[in-house]
Amino acid sequence: MRRALRWGVVALGSAAGLALWRRSSGKGRERVELYFSDGSMVSYPEGSTEAARLIPLARQVLTTARG
Amino acid sequence: MDAAQALADLTEISTQIQAALIADEQGAVVASTFADDTSAGEAARSALDLLAAAEDAGGNGAVHLTQVLASTHAGSVFVVRGEERIATAVTGPEPTVGLVFYDLKTCLRLSAERPEKPRRSRKQTKKDEKSVDA
Repeated sequence: MRRALRWGVVALGSAAGLALWRRSSGKGRERVELYFSDGSMVSYPEGSTEAARLIPLARQVLTTARG
Repeated sequence: MDAAQALADLTEISTQIQAALIADEQGAVVASTFADDTSAGEAARSALDLLAAAEDAGGNGAVHLTQVLASTHAGSVFVVRGEERIATAVTGPEPTVGLVFYDLKTCLRLSAERPEKPRRSRKQTKKDEKSVDA
C-alpha cells in the first residue's frame, strides 16, 4: 500500500514537473515568429494582439492544405 | 532546377512537411504538392495575406521580413520569401523549426536556379566547323 502511494506521488510530481517545463519553454503554445533580413527575430505568443491577428490567417492555410 | 522537382525533393527529404507550394508574389502558383490547383491557389493567397499582415505587425521598413512561422495546436505554417517567389509549407504540431526553414529555403533557391545549358566540347565545335566547311 505504502509502495503504491509512493509511486503515485512520484508519477504526480513528474507530471507536474513536465507541465511546468512545457509551460516555461513555450512548447505547446500557439505563437508567431517573424524573421528579418538582418537576422533578428520577433516572437508573438498566444494572447498577444499580433498573434490574435496572424493565427487565423495561418489556420486558413492549414485548413486549405488539409482539405 | 524545375520548381515541381524541387518540391518533390523537399517532401521526400523532410518527413515533417505535409504539403508545400511555391508561388510568385501575386499569388500565382508555380508548383505545389496540393491535391488540386484550386486549394493550392487559395493557400498561396492566404500565405501572402499572412506575410503582409506579419510585415504590418512587425516590420519597421528598415529590414525586410524574410520568414514567418505560425504555430498552432493543429499544426504549423512556414512561409519563406525569396527574391521573386515565396515558399509555404504545412507541418504537424511542434516541428523542428530550424530544419523545416532550412529545407524550405533550399527548395526555393533550387527552384529559382536556371537549368545549365549543355556545354559543347572544343572537339565537338571543331568537328562542326569542319562539317560546315565541307
